[in-house]
Order: sequence, then structure tokens, then C-alpha cells
Amino acid sequence: MTTFLIDTGTPRRIKAPVMQTQINGMASPAEARIRVRHFDFFYADAKVLHGITMDIPDRQVTALIGPSGCGKSTFVRSMNRMNDIIPDAHGEGVIEIDGRNIYDGGTDVVELRRRVGMVFQKSNPFPKSIFENIAYGLKIGGVRNRRQLSETVEKSLRRAALWDEVKDRLNDSAMALSGGQQQRLCIARALAVDPEILLMDEPASALDPIATTKIEELIWELKENYTIVIVTHNMQQAARVSDRTAFFMLGRLVEYGETNTIFMNPREKMTEDYVTGRFG
Amino acid sequence: MRYATRRKIVSRVAEALCAVAVLLALLPLVLILFYVLKEGAGALNLAFFTQMPKPVGETGGGMANAIVGTLILIGLAGVFAVPIGCLCGIHLAEYPETRFSSVVRFAADVLNGVPSIVVGIFAYGLVVLPFKRFSAIAGGVALGLLMIPIVVRMTEELLRLVPSGLREGALALGATRGRAVFTVIVPAALPGILTGILVALARVAGETAPLLFTSFNNRFWSLDVTQPMASLTVQVFTYAISPYDDWHRQAWAGAFLLVMIILALSIMARLAVRRLERMNRG
Repeated sequence: MTTFLIDTGTPRRIKAPVMQTQINGMASPAEARIRVRHFDFFYADAKVLHGITMDIPDRQVTALIGPSGCGKSTFVRSMNRMNDIIPDAHGEGVIEIDGRNIYDGGTDVVELRRRVGMVFQKSNPFPKSIFENIAYGLKIGGVRNRRQLSETVEKSLRRAALWDEVKDRLNDSAMALSGGQQQRLCIARALAVDPEILLMDEPASALDPIATTKIEELIWELKENYTIVIVTHNMQQAARVSDRTAFFMLGRLVEYGETNTIFMNPREKMTEDYVTGRFG
Repeated sequence: MRYATRRKIVSRVAEALCAVAVLLALLPLVLILFYVLKEGAGALNLAFFTQMPKPVGETGGGMANAIVGTLILIGLAGVFAVPIGCLCGIHLAEYPETRFSSVVRFAADVLNGVPSIVVGIFAYGLVVLPFKRFSAIAGGVALGLLMIPIVVRMTEELLRLVPSGLREGALALGATRGRAVFTVIVPAALPGILTGILVALARVAGETAPLLFTSFNNRFWSLDVTQPMASLTVQVFTYAISPYDDWHRQAWAGAFLLVMIILALSIMARLAVRRLERMNRG
């Protein structure tokens, strides 16, 4: 599988290894792909995120954990402004991606979402063929060239470790795939538009252990080329796949740091109670 | 009496009542089909489909012009009603909460309840009077007006059944809202919408009243939509109130054919759904 990861399309910027120390979730700005500063989020009058400040490093996996309703999904959906479609919801504060605040008035949301891909909790393949699913993002971006479409479809399916399972039935309906395959299809679909950042909102929570393992291996491979933010309910999963972990509670970022630190030696009592399963 | 015994008896009685209700509901349908076929069978022959009506006094002849007329009329109705109805339905599903939407929804419900003869009079005023003649177009407009509310509400309901995950998936790939609607959401609901359209067509195919003063009737072969046009329903009506036995037989045959056309539309709707669903579900 790794051999397919060599070709990543456009060259990405070369980066030094991520700094090991941080103060309250902040790495130095040069390390961060996504910089969040004092970010609040409201559903109508209800404030669900309180002053989130954190730096998300490039080409690493950052896990967001916390009990249900702690705001981790809302937060991840703020990073590609997916929450815009909810009436009366709005965010305040700064989320900078590559130095530009995506909540600035001039942000092109469509362009943003092409750069920041998303995989959802419930796999949501379109009721179209496997090929059409993967090609969708390119087609709405104006790509008509059949060969280019085919190449991208193959490349994306290979990267999502699905190619061998579906290469003989690209024209079959995507709805016929198993749950795990559907989720990998959705990952491939997101990869096809060549995003730089991949947001995953509990991508494996509806899958069986084998399919979950596949998704986790995939995340591990994808981080060579993509900055990944993953929301998960499953603490073992966070421990397995992520480099850094952020613990959310009641809309606040309680603790953020190296995954090992968060799980082995957390600073906060609340974090320790949660990761050791004493509540949540 | 023991509780268990009583419970079983009550259950049996309820089941029996349900069965009786089902039979009572099905009985008219079976009787209608049977009676129409029995009465019309004598006139149902090749000539009925291929020949024109004969003058009074001559036996034989057929309803070729009325059969084609009915097909043209419901075709016109579809041409008028489907674009308007579907677009309205899409608007209602996309902007469900706006004041405009609730007005449109209410208007569609009212229009759905307007007696078809009133719709016919409206089409008369709208199309027949200005052009000073009855025409197939006027008939198509009248039938189309009857179709619109059905198509609107059906489209809206079906679009709302599409899981919101599909919309989010499309938006997350950089689709604009309009793109998402027309490339993902509408295609996902298409099987249902298509059925809705066919059902609406079947429903207006059986209308007589709105055609009486719009497309009127025509004893001659005509494909000109700006001229009066024969239709099965009006022809059946005309023949049925005539004093001639031969015409009565023809009216029965016409009625039978009408039922068959509606049945065919319903079956087509079923088949279309099944084929599209197979594509959707895999």
C-alpha cells in the first residue's frame, strides 16, 4: 500500500519535525497548519464552544476526544464552515488556515471546503456509481476530461485502500458496498479533490472492528501527506492513531498535548478521570 | 372467562372486521372492472382502436381520435405541470420555513381542493376566450392546473426524505447549494418524483369536466393542438348520454380503455421506481 503514497500530486512544503513542547496547546506559529484563537460558537443563543485556542500541526493526526455534547463535533465542523448550513448558528474568533482567518468576510467557503475535506460519522455515498462518487468533486470543479477523471478515481481509491476491492465494478452502485467500504469510499471521494487537510467526524463509530482497523491503518498512512483532525468517542482509537490529543469538556478545551502525555501523564484531573474511564 | 381466552376472541373479531373492510374496499374496483369489461367487450375490437367514429345510424367505427387525443392532452398537461410543479417542490423543500413557502404550500393545497369543473372554467377564461376557440392547449392547461399541486407536494415530500448526509457530503466537496440540490439531492429523490408524476398523470387522465369547455370534442382526426380535440372521457360522456345502443356499447369500451390506460400508468410508475431503486440501493 505504501508504494502508492509516493505520488501525491502537487509538491507540498517541506517541514521540520513538529516541536515537542507546548504551552497550553500552542505550538509556535510556524509549526501550525491550523491556528485557533479564542474561538466561540453559538447555536442561536446557546454558547457551545468557549474560547478555544489551539494549534494543529501540519501532517500529523490530531484527535479530539471528550464526552457526548462536549462540542468536539461542532469544533471540527467549524474548520470547514460546515456549520454554516445550520440556521442561526455562528462562530466568533479566529480559525486560521495557512495564515488566513476562514471566518473573515471575504472567505470563499466553496474554495475552503475543497482544501479542507471532510469525512462524516455516517458514511454518505451518493446514490450513484462508485466511479461517479469519486469523480463528483472533480466534476463540480469543472474537470470533464475522461482520462483525467479515470486517473484520479484510481489514484484516490488506491490511497483509500479500496481499489483492489472495487476495480472490477466501478460502474456498480456505491450503495451496494459494505459499511466499511462505503466509509473508505467517502474518504477516497474526499481525497479526490486533493485537499490539504482532512477532517474526520467519528469516521469509524458505525463500523465493526475489522473495518475500523482498516480505517485506522488508512489514517496512519494518510498523515504522510495530509493534516488530519479526527473526532472520536473511542479513546483507544485516539491513542492508536493520533500524534496529539485534545480533550474537550462542556465546550471548553481542557487539555491538549502529545497523545502519550494526555493518556499517560495528563496535567488535569478531569482528563485523567476521562481517559481512565472514570466518567464519560 | 379467562383473560387469555378473551384476548384471543377479541383479536379474532378485530381481524375479521379488518378483512371485511378490505373486501368492501376492493369490491367496487372488481365490480367496476368486471361490469365495464362485460358491457364494453362487444365493442372492443381492432376497429375500436383504429377507426374514426361513424355517423349516427351506422354501426361499428371506433375511437382512434379520442385515444390519441387523450394521450396528447395528458402529454400537454405534463409539459405544463412538471417543470412548474417540480421547481415549486424544490423551492419548498429547500426553503421550508419562509413566509413565501408557506403561502405557496397553502395555495397548492387550496388548488388541490378546487373542483375540477372550476379549473375548467378558469382555463376557459384563460385560454379559450382570448383565442376565441376551444383547443387541446386549453385542455392541457386545465389538466396541468389539476396536476400542479399534486406534483408540488409530492416533490417536496420526497426531497425532504433524502438524508441530510448527502447534502453535507456534496457541500463538503465544494459544491454550492444549488449544485448539491441538482446533482445529488434531486437525483436521489428521482424515482419517487417520477412515480408522483405518473400518478398525477393517471389522476388527470380520467378527468372529464375540465375538458368540456376547453378541448371540447372533435369528431374528426386532428393532431392540431390549437383545434378542439377529442378525448376518451368526453367521448364516453357524449356517447353515454346518447339514445343509441351502439354508442352505449362504445362508451363502455371507452371506459374500459380509460381504466386500462390508468392501470398502465400506475404499473409504469411501479416499474420505474423498481429500476431506479435498484440503481440506488445496489
